[in-house]
Amino acid sequence: MNDDLLQIEKLNVEYITDDAIVYALNDFSLNVKRGEKIGLVGETGAGKTTLALSILRLLPKKIGKITSGSIIYEGDELLDKPESYMLGLRGRKISMIFQDPMTSLNPVKSVGDQVLEVLNLHFPNLSKDEKNQKVDEIFRLVGIPAERKIEYPHQFSGGMKQRIVIAMALISEPELLLADEPTTALDVTIQAQILELMKELKEKFNSAVILITHDLGVVAEFCDAVAVVYGGRVVEIGKVEDIFGEGNNHPYTKGLINCIPDLTSTATRLSPIAGRMGDPRIKVQGCCFAERCPHASEKCKTTPPPMVYENDHGILCHLFSKEGI
Amino acid sequence: MLKKKNKKPLSEYSSWELIGYRFKKNKLAMLGVAMLSAIIIVTLLAPVFIPYEKVIEQNVRQKLQGPSVEHIFGTDELGRDMLARVLYGGRISLLCGIAIIAIAFVFGAIIGGIAGFIGGKVDTILMRIVDALMAVPPALLAMAIITALGNGVFNLVVALAIAQIPRFARTVRSSVLTLRNMEYVEAAKCYGSSSMRIILKHILPNGIGPIVVAATLTLGAVILSISSMGYLGLGVASPTPEWGTIISENKINIRYYPYLGLIPGLCIMFTVMAVNFIGDGLRDAFDPKSKN
Repeated sequence: MNDDLLQIEKLNVEYITDDAIVYALNDFSLNVKRGEKIGLVGETGAGKTTLALSILRLLPKKIGKITSGSIIYEGDELLDKPESYMLGLRGRKISMIFQDPMTSLNPVKSVGDQVLEVLNLHFPNLSKDEKNQKVDEIFRLVGIPAERKIEYPHQFSGGMKQRIVIAMALISEPELLLADEPTTALDVTIQAQILELMKELKEKFNSAVILITHDLGVVAEFCDAVAVVYGGRVVEIGKVEDIFGEGNNHPYTKGLINCIPDLTSTATRLSPIAGRMGDPRIKVQGCCFAERCPHASEKCKTTPPPMVYENDHGILCHLFSKEGI
Repeated sequence: MLKKKNKKPLSEYSSWELIGYRFKKNKLAMLGVAMLSAIIIVTLLAPVFIPYEKVIEQNVRQKLQGPSVEHIFGTDELGRDMLARVLYGGRISLLCGIAIIAIAFVFGAIIGGIAGFIGGKVDTILMRIVDALMAVPPALLAMAIITALGNGVFNLVVALAIAQIPRFARTVRSSVLTLRNMEYVEAAKCYGSSSMRIILKHILPNGIGPIVVAATLTLGAVILSISSMGYLGLGVASPTPEWGTIISENKINIRYYPYLGLIPGLCIMFTVMAVNFIGDGLRDAFDPKSKN
């Protein structure tokens, strides 16, 4: 069987507002293999969530638009598929976990019913007993007693709710799980539990995971591969060891890593990346990070940098190309 | 002692059964149901107690008599039996009132729901139409519609329902607008729910509370507006009895014979109260947080 699950090629997404066009994703390319855990790291507004919504084709109507590129899922071009096909795909083969478990559950339906709803949508042929059995099973897997399925979201704590959200996402045993900052709204101890749970379940169902986060620690612990996103582009991609190891890094990745407090260092201040993220309404000629990059030259401002690969580790930067800066 | 019923555990209830269960546990709501059913049964069975002739039979020699054994609710200015009038009047008041609310509720919900859910141009167009209807006072609007359609009870119902639609459309639209941006609606899209399913499974159950309460509160106002239309000679005209009409017929004599206004007034109050209890109960039943 082909190993590639999802191939995103040169995807461009724009948000068209009244007074400007916002370029959310620019030539975004990403490959996800079956069973792979890939982390998408980047600061707020880098286009991480936009990517997730584009894969599901759920960008806000009229405002969000995919202008070019392709999203190939199991050999099928998703951008050409009718809405009816997408309805069958969402929640069945591709599931999504949201950032805030407090608001992503319907307050007037019991949690059991909400998990059951996914089964009703995608497995209408199962008998009632089979469905209930599956619901009990998934509740057990995410660590919630099945008796509590008759309770309502407000009767659960945040961590428990996130477990339920994960149960909803995984009950159909999807091939790809989009986790949009699944641990951001939770405190650190619960965060570790949820990550552990996701790891376990991922192994059980062999789903691929795209973990969207801005927490490098979470990525280092959970993922096999990392894609660093900046200004709607993948600026660096590679295995976790490549990114966090001793080798070369994109200047932006270096900046991100420098922002993590180091317990052994005596420095009193962190060293943040200078400047702010570029205005997404302006299409950049050269490198999108040039404005903030300590190594930037004239060439960086005018010529788009190439993706330079060393084995599987790619860096989008002139620094490492043959011609140099 | 034996247990009365072998009740199944709560965990086996479907969500609608649970709503029913919570509604039944609410004592005030059950009182409302009892009151409303009592009123409906008594008015429906009116012919069993009193023949319809009593409603219009005049007996001027016995006019304005207070409650007595012969006339339990007394007689009015023309010596007509008040009990008969109130009983038969209730049939029209209740039927028209509930019909008006039902029509306004359904159409208001559809218009408001479409406007809120689809948004954009559809929303603008629908809401401007609703605004235009709202700009005209409801009573005036109803009068204009009856004049256009012709007099009659059915047209009265249609006219008053149209006059109430804007209020419902606005209420529904505003709840839909907040609800459709909730993250759980977004989540529902992400696990493959169609728009129709989202409306039925997520927006409707969450938004129904305020709308049901608005509907029950409006019932009293609607029963009164049926009578004001009757007073103007539109819709239900004398001598056909109707609670509001009975009050307006007797208003000259209310000062010295207060029971003439009190009895039909209490009937209206009783009905509105019953419906309000039911409405509150429904709202609580739909909201799981108020369960305990």
